[in-house]
Amino acid sequence: MTFSDYLQFLLSGLTVGSTYGLTALGFTIIFNTTGIVNFAQGEFVMLGGMLGVFFLSGLGLPLPLALLLAVLATLLIGALMERLTIRPVQDAPVINLVIVTIGVSILVRGIVQIVLGKDTHALPPFTGSAPVSIAGAAVQPQSLWVLCITCGLLLLLRHFFSRTLWGKAMLACAFDRKAAFLAGIGVRRMVLLSFMISAAVGATGGVILAPLTMTSYDVGIMLGLKGFAAAVLGGLGNPFGAALGGLILGVLESFAAGLLSSAYKDAFTFVILLLLLFCKPSGLFGRRGFERV
Amino acid sequence: MGFSRDLSACGGFLVLLLTLPHLLANDYYISVLILGCLAAMTAVGLNLLIGFAGQISLGHAAFVGLGAYASGLLTTLAGWPVLPAIVCAVALTGAAAWLIGIPTLKLSGHYLAMATLGFGIIVSIVFNEAVDLTGGPSGFVGIPRLEIFGFAFDTDLSYYRLLAALLAVQMLVFQNVIRSRAGRALRAIHTAEAAARCMGVDVAGAKLFVFTLSAGAAGLSGALYAHYLEFVAPSSFGFLHSVQYIVMVVLGGMGNAWGAILGAFFLTALPEFLRAFEDVETVLYGGILILSMMFLPEGLAGGLAKLWGRVRAKRDAGEAGRG
Repeated sequence: MTFSDYLQFLLSGLTVGSTYGLTALGFTIIFNTTGIVNFAQGEFVMLGGMLGVFFLSGLGLPLPLALLLAVLATLLIGALMERLTIRPVQDAPVINLVIVTIGVSILVRGIVQIVLGKDTHALPPFTGSAPVSIAGAAVQPQSLWVLCITCGLLLLLRHFFSRTLWGKAMLACAFDRKAAFLAGIGVRRMVLLSFMISAAVGATGGVILAPLTMTSYDVGIMLGLKGFAAAVLGGLGNPFGAALGGLILGVLESFAAGLLSSAYKDAFTFVILLLLLFCKPSGLFGRRGFERV
Repeated sequence: MGFSRDLSACGGFLVLLLTLPHLLANDYYISVLILGCLAAMTAVGLNLLIGFAGQISLGHAAFVGLGAYASGLLTTLAGWPVLPAIVCAVALTGAAAWLIGIPTLKLSGHYLAMATLGFGIIVSIVFNEAVDLTGGPSGFVGIPRLEIFGFAFDTDLSYYRLLAALLAVQMLVFQNVIRSRAGRALRAIHTAEAAARCMGVDVAGAKLFVFTLSAGAAGLSGALYAHYLEFVAPSSFGFLHSVQYIVMVVLGGMGNAWGAILGAFFLTALPEFLRAFEDVETVLYGGILILSMMFLPEGLAGGLAKLWGRVRAKRDAGEAGRG
């Protein structure tokens, strides 16, 4: 093992970790406004990639337009999910809501499987596939795109949550829904918005990663699970901790696959999740004594 | 009073199950009934978890698979007799659940669902990858049929009778658990968690007990499945099967023990009537989950009870009007 090998692991880990981070971010945003874990989060990521493939090769649209449309379509699906399935049962016990999100996740998977088929697809890389050499490690240009777009998206969201009225209103909902409602914030509208943002963020993760890892109708479960592990790692409820958790998880997984065993790399994530829940359920960046509901 | 009522209910249920094969025209349907009983065993256990502990397991098919593989491997590779192998398989499944439950059930929230989802995926990977032991994706054959103290359950009918009896006993035990200390604790948590905690109820312990029990039931069902088909393959224990068990519970009625059985038999029989089942399976499960939660949160059993109540109220009102 040389330095460049380690660098290679690090960079590929950061790349995959970006998508975990974006998925985790989506989990957190919905968790904050509604208190539910959205099991359909992974499907948003899958939809981004699969719809991108559909718009590109199915409809023959140019790449940037196809990707943009894929993200917008997923955003719309997120909005529909909230309006059609979550809002009608919003007063039901949390477990019913969680079952609804499981149902949506299965339904979306099933529909994509029927409409777009069971094949595995890949999107073309955004700018060529000739690897760039960084300190002896070969890096796909797509990896750089993934890292840059993720950073850009995080900055944008940071601005949204800390500088805009809507973002602050969403944060207020996360702190105390009732108080936010009494202060005149349309809590329902914030819930809708949180589903839209989560869907768009997830789809972006799916779109930028699809050129590197391929996509198919059933990638959502695994990505959802890893995203959730990342969210717990970062402290569920803390959006930017979640994104960081994703990066850490991606890097750990990349090293585990490279140094230990690649067949069982998915098992590794799960072990981390269990250990974490056992030792420090509030995550690395979560508030201590945070009451989870 | 509660116990004797349960006893007569379970006895009546057993009689119903035992007469069913004689009402059916075709012997083929006995195998459907057997699979229905096996699914019901798992669903009743899962129902206990979902309906009473308020927790979801997305990995129950993995517990079924663990039971099936453990018992299958012990009888073929280690050459154990069937009965101790089944007992060992159930214990192993319960132990696995217990290990997952300890960290996740301490926390309120839906950590168990994610952890079991992960567990299910890992178990699937192991079944597929550990080819030397499990035979990989094509599975392994040659598991012996069940034999207890020299009596071999060779025919489908005898096996079905055994399963029917086991299911009735399981119902009796589980109804009893609901009334036991753990069951009362869980119902107290359901009504007012803070009050229950103040009264010294061990919330995490009660949930852990129920989860372990429900996984044990799944393991038993899996072991009996292996000794019925004499063959196991990883594809019978995947994620979609875990979802299927949840659909059985939700469709039948969460927290309604008889509902889970209704859901289990309904979903097991469904592919027999729906030829295009495999293509629409996923969509169907998703649709059922969403629509049940929106329009029938108490499931078929709850819906039927409500309908019956309405019919009776109308009849009573009619009689009152006449009188």
